Amino acid sequence: MSIPKDLLYAKTHEWVRLTQDGRAFIGITDHAQDALGDVAFINLCDEDENFNAGDVIGDIESIKAVTDIYTPIAGTVLSVNEELLDSPELINSEPYGAWLVELGDIEINDDLLDADAYELFLAEED
Amino acid sequence: MEAKTPLYQVHLDSGGKIVPFAGWLLPIQYAGGIAAEHIAVREAAGLFDVSHMGELMLRGKDALENVQKLMTNDLSGMYDGQVRYSPMCNEEGGIIDDLLIYKLNDEAYLLVVNASNRQKDVDWIKDRVFGECVFEDVSDSWAQLALQGPKAQDIIKKLCKEEELPVKYYSFTESMDVAGAGCLVSKTGYTGEDGYELYTAPENAVKLWQALMKAGEDYGLIACGLGARDTLRLEAGMPLYGQEMAEDITPFEAGLGFFVKLQKPEFIGKTALEAQKEPKRRRVGLELLARGIARTGDAVFLKDEKIGQVTSGTMCPYIKKAVAMALVESGSIQVGDSVSLEVRGRRIEAKCVELPFYKKGQ
Repeated sequence: MSIPKDLLYAKTHEWVRLTQDGRAFIGITDHAQDALGDVAFINLCDEDENFNAGDVIGDIESIKAVTDIYTPIAGTVLSVNEELLDSPELINSEPYGAWLVELGDIEINDDLLDADAYELFLAEED
Repeated sequence: MEAKTPLYQVHLDSGGKIVPFAGWLLPIQYAGGIAAEHIAVREAAGLFDVSHMGELMLRGKDALENVQKLMTNDLSGMYDGQVRYSPMCNEEGGIIDDLLIYKLNDEAYLLVVNASNRQKDVDWIKDRVFGECVFEDVSDSWAQLALQGPKAQDIIKKLCKEEELPVKYYSFTESMDVAGAGCLVSKTGYTGEDGYELYTAPENAVKLWQALMKAGEDYGLIACGLGARDTLRLEAGMPLYGQEMAEDITPFEAGLGFFVKLQKPEFIGKTALEAQKEPKRRRVGLELLARGIARTGDAVFLKDEKIGQVTSGTMCPYIKKAVAMALVESGSIQVGDSVSLEVRGRRIEAKCVELPFYKKGQ
């Protein structure tokens, strides 16, 4: 199970990639895509929407099940990854490339885990 | 505590994701995922462990009379080595189970039942057996593998005498050697493809599985789990007990009227079924027109009126469409009509389409 060192993680299995100029990209982890199985559809929020940490920003439909996606940090949606609407399978093949939303105006919270802590969390959850 | 099939360790070793299902621990999928397994069965072949299915025997001079009383279909006039499908109903005409009936000979019929209904079926039948007929649950004596897909015959014939294989759909060979394992082999399945179901003693299961996987290497055979079994049957428009069928759903409502032979003198549920030949509800196929997957229980609306609910829904990996089957009020919609489905609080447009969604060779 791949867990890149340069990302932050939420216990709800999303990842956060912070940019140097204060934006953040959100996606779901390798563990999450593996648990979901083949992704068939994705629904995402709209641009300019504001979210608090823990808010639902969309959902992912796999053949097996549907699951909500939460943003691990607060912010305003700068853009959504429209490529995923047509090619949702990228979430399975490249979970850390397939970002879902880009947030600006972000507020980082203390609950986020680094890669080592997320790996430990997965091991304990298993 | 769930039971393990004889292939449990093989599934673990092959990367199967194990889930509890109908009292059994079975793989829902292997590493490649449901879509890849589904497509392999449509284009090459897939191997399924279906050892959870129940096998019940009725033996004796009155075996046929018993089967005729229990089942809605007519099981007379079958040849030895023939298989027929039938619902089994309660007095109200509701479906207790749907099953395959194998005629071994005039005095021996094998019933293959859903794992989830096995105990219920055993209790139901045990209380109703009459005359010279011995009823026995032989499920523990059988493992079952399903080899399905256009390459199934090419694969199995490498491991047996080809002339012993059943040729006609819904026929079987009672006893033949496949890879050194004594098997009952039927030309049946639950995928909408050609293929075989192989019944063997539990101690042969691993050997048979491994021999089939090896024989299928060059044909694109892969191991398949319950997930693909469900998407394949749904794409092929086949009903599943617990979804499209239940004790308060009649065969007419489930679209299984063909398997109810009202001209038969007597069977359990006949009076009730005669009275409701025009059912209040019926099973329809729906194709979703916007992104989303309908799930069991989602409401079906015609304009603002609720007309029924989804019994099964998925994204079909081969036809690449999100589809659903639903039980709706009779006469409310027909093929071509538009409806909307309430999927997680959102309305999704759908249209009524012909079943099955996929037919082999089209």
